[in-house]
Amino acid sequence: MSTTNDKTSTGLVAWLDERLPFSAFLNKHLLEYKAPKNFNFWYYFGSLALFVLINQIVTGIWLAMFYKPMATEAFNSVEYIMRDVNYGWLIRYMHSTGASFFFIVIYLHMTRAFLYGSYKKPRELVWLLGCFMFVLLIAEAFFGYLLPWGQMSFWGAKVITSLFEAIPYIGTALAEFIRGDFTVSDVVLNRFFSLHVAAIPMLFLGLVIFHLAALHHVGSNNPDGIETKNLVDEHNKPLDVVNFHPYYTVKDIFGFSVFLLIFFAFIFFQPEGFGLFLEAPNFLQADPLVTPEHIAPVWYMTPFYAILRAVPSKLGGVMAMFSAIGVLFFMPWLDRCPVKSIRYRGFIHKVMLSLFIASFLILGYLGTVPATPTLTIVARIAAIFYFSFFILLPLYSKYEKTKPVPTRLTRSH
Amino acid sequence: MCDEPHVDLERRNFLAKATTALGGLGIAAIGLPFLKSWLPSARTIAQGGSVEVNISQLPVGGLMTVAWRGQPIWIIRRSSQEISALKQVESLLRDPQSHESEQPAYAKNEYRSLKPDILVLVGICTHLGCVPTFKPEMGSLFPDWQGGFYCPCHGSKYDLAGRVFKGVPAPSNLVVPPYQFIDPNILVIGA
Repeated sequence: MSTTNDKTSTGLVAWLDERLPFSAFLNKHLLEYKAPKNFNFWYYFGSLALFVLINQIVTGIWLAMFYKPMATEAFNSVEYIMRDVNYGWLIRYMHSTGASFFFIVIYLHMTRAFLYGSYKKPRELVWLLGCFMFVLLIAEAFFGYLLPWGQMSFWGAKVITSLFEAIPYIGTALAEFIRGDFTVSDVVLNRFFSLHVAAIPMLFLGLVIFHLAALHHVGSNNPDGIETKNLVDEHNKPLDVVNFHPYYTVKDIFGFSVFLLIFFAFIFFQPEGFGLFLEAPNFLQADPLVTPEHIAPVWYMTPFYAILRAVPSKLGGVMAMFSAIGVLFFMPWLDRCPVKSIRYRGFIHKVMLSLFIASFLILGYLGTVPATPTLTIVARIAAIFYFSFFILLPLYSKYEKTKPVPTRLTRSH
Repeated sequence: MCDEPHVDLERRNFLAKATTALGGLGIAAIGLPFLKSWLPSARTIAQGGSVEVNISQLPVGGLMTVAWRGQPIWIIRRSSQEISALKQVESLLRDPQSHESEQPAYAKNEYRSLKPDILVLVGICTHLGCVPTFKPEMGSLFPDWQGGFYCPCHGSKYDLAGRVFKGVPAPSNLVVPPYQFIDPNILVIGA
């Protein structure tokens, strides 16, 4: 099992190893995991995602000690955390800022997959598991955003649960089933709390394990997009890979340090994230009789929200919005180019991928501002670009003129 | 793949230890707020402030209970007969001088109170936290009983100054909370 066991383990570790694959597991998944030696900036975000996840779990456990999931008490209990609980403000801001940073990290992590073709064979399952986790993350964030029971919490939940009304025939009944009431109320708050603190985190953690197990089974991709798993020299020694420890543990610790510097700069100096992480209307308690003048979801959902708004039909908009997420699952089969990395892909793919990323960012911006007739047209054009990336990809990728792919890693440090 | 001619192991060891130490320090630093959040919050402390009690209606030999910090506080107006009886039971007590018990300095006297007649106690057995029963009747527990408190949970007995008897599980006398008189009939508990 263990490969370079030049030192025999003693004491507690030896005792454990006789009864549990302790060292073997640690070596396979952390210490001696063979990773390509040319990981760059983009490869920080996987470990950072795990890091933020741990932050969310720990701060979340602590918040649940002080929070009350009741419509009459929720808002005040959040104020109580902010004002009266020792360091409650810090714990809450770590959680709310952590939610936004989770999405920043995940979006960059996904961008990496797009750039270097990490979704392609043999990593289709790694990608699919990741997509499921992305959907769960959106659900987790949505459920969590209701809990402070502010105006934006309430109306956000109202709008999203109303999406289900668009489904023909069963829509109204389904929306009532989801809410357990005729509108968003204490009943919804109670069930969203349970989903937010128990159901989704457990599912999410399970998927993290499978995501990593699948990744470590097939091996990591790299900026050159070539398989390093079977690269060996004449003595059958692996080439172009290094042990995860110390090479990437040190790299990731550096990544964590830079991340924490930015993370805590926001927590201490800009915890509301310029009104993007915590929106102004949410500092007012939920009022089912008055909608705030401008309601928008939190920034990380605005690209999808802008697509919803751009379509002039209730059912059409809902379908477009869900398709925008759902289409991600099909990436491994939509992209038919054998070359993985953007470094060796054709010009057309570079243009299309850039347009896709640009349209996503534009939609993200548009979702945060009120819709005007002009902006609606811009949103429609951006939405068309967003979807045309996925529609055109299978058509051009098969005939794409690619550059020669090296057999060994390049530009390694 | 590593054919380094020379590895400075000393430097590497130092860096590893320095990283571990700094990382451990960081984790301890961020752990502290999480631990401190378990301490009573500002609201709890505010609610646990002082309580004002008017004792003008309290009869001689009577007991009244008020809540302070969610705990029963007893106020007893002892008769002169009950006060003189405190001396008689001293030989039966575990800590008659209250050396090992908890009370403000001004209550560490033979009456365990500011005024000889008014006794203020936290009504919680020092054994395992039950609320003892008030037994003022002479001879109600045993023939020489001069009045006091009896804990129904594990049988601990206290005299009318809250002093614990020998041979019972409770280790020390009942706690006297901080209190003061702002008027002959107005008692402030917790200040």
